[in-house]
Amino acid sequence: MPSAKKQNRNHSKDQDRPLPQIRRVQMDDLDGIIALDQRVTGLAKRGYWRDILERYGRDRRSELFFLVAETQDQNKLIGFIFGEIRAWEFGSAPCGWVLALSVAPEARLHGVGEALFEAISAEFKTGGVDKMRTMVARDNRLHLLFFRGEGMIAGPYIELEKDLD
Amino acid sequence: MRLQVASQLAIYALLELAADPDRQLSVGEIGAKYGISNHHLAKVMNVLGRAKLVRSVRGVGGGYHFSGNARRTTLLDVIELFEDFGAGRSDGNAAGAPGKTTGEGRALAEILREIDEIARATLGSITIATMLKIVERHRGGSPARANVIAGRG
Repeated sequence: MPSAKKQNRNHSKDQDRPLPQIRRVQMDDLDGIIALDQRVTGLAKRGYWRDILERYGRDRRSELFFLVAETQDQNKLIGFIFGEIRAWEFGSAPCGWVLALSVAPEARLHGVGEALFEAISAEFKTGGVDKMRTMVARDNRLHLLFFRGEGMIAGPYIELEKDLD
Repeated sequence: MRLQVASQLAIYALLELAADPDRQLSVGEIGAKYGISNHHLAKVMNVLGRAKLVRSVRGVGGGYHFSGNARRTTLLDVIELFEDFGAGRSDGNAAGAPGKTTGEGRALAEILREIDEIARATLGSITIATMLKIVERHRGGSPARANVIAGRG
């Protein structure tokens, strides 16, 4: 995965702390991902993550991307991102969708999320699309601040929903 | 939507100062760039000073420099120093709004609340550091020119 390797710069710009290694997910990462997700969300979703890893680690590797970040010295899993290139209806051309991003609380503000974001951006670009999107709850300030900081702006679509009576 | 003039001036002033936190600028220098009267801008700077977003330096060569956290201060934080930007600010059900008890009035209020919520979410998600990146993009320069270290996730 050459594009992800490009993210493996030696140190972050503003911290004297090595940037993480970014690589494709492996089934061996399952426990680490479940543990990280449980720490962040409070929910253990073993079946969900097993299904995701099986799908993203095996199928359509030029369109589905699940990347993990780990410390350079101890190979400890400290973050992950996954997304895919897919088409959409209503006249939308294929683009890269970021579906999830998580960074261990103690590793935040040290460039881990940015390294993951840049790595999946490079994968999307290699995959032939020139736009990436994500969807964030408008009261999720942490994620909104992060994605805005990475240069994302409001897109041309508005998410709509309806209560099913 | 429109911002009050004071909110706009405050954002301009913070962007000028946060682009180089080591630099001091006088009210006159900032005002000259944006065509703002010193009197009006001075009042805005006082509010920003009380919020600890800028610090004044007295004496010859004095002025203001940025003293906030550009990665944590959002546009909404700044705007709310000058105007009420709470949800429902354009609520059609506000006191005195005609037809507020009718079904039509409540329906219109619902739509206006939706617009307000989106506006708040947008302004609350853009920091001064992010704005500096956007400014650089509009200038056609590299974001790295700004000395402020933008948010790192």
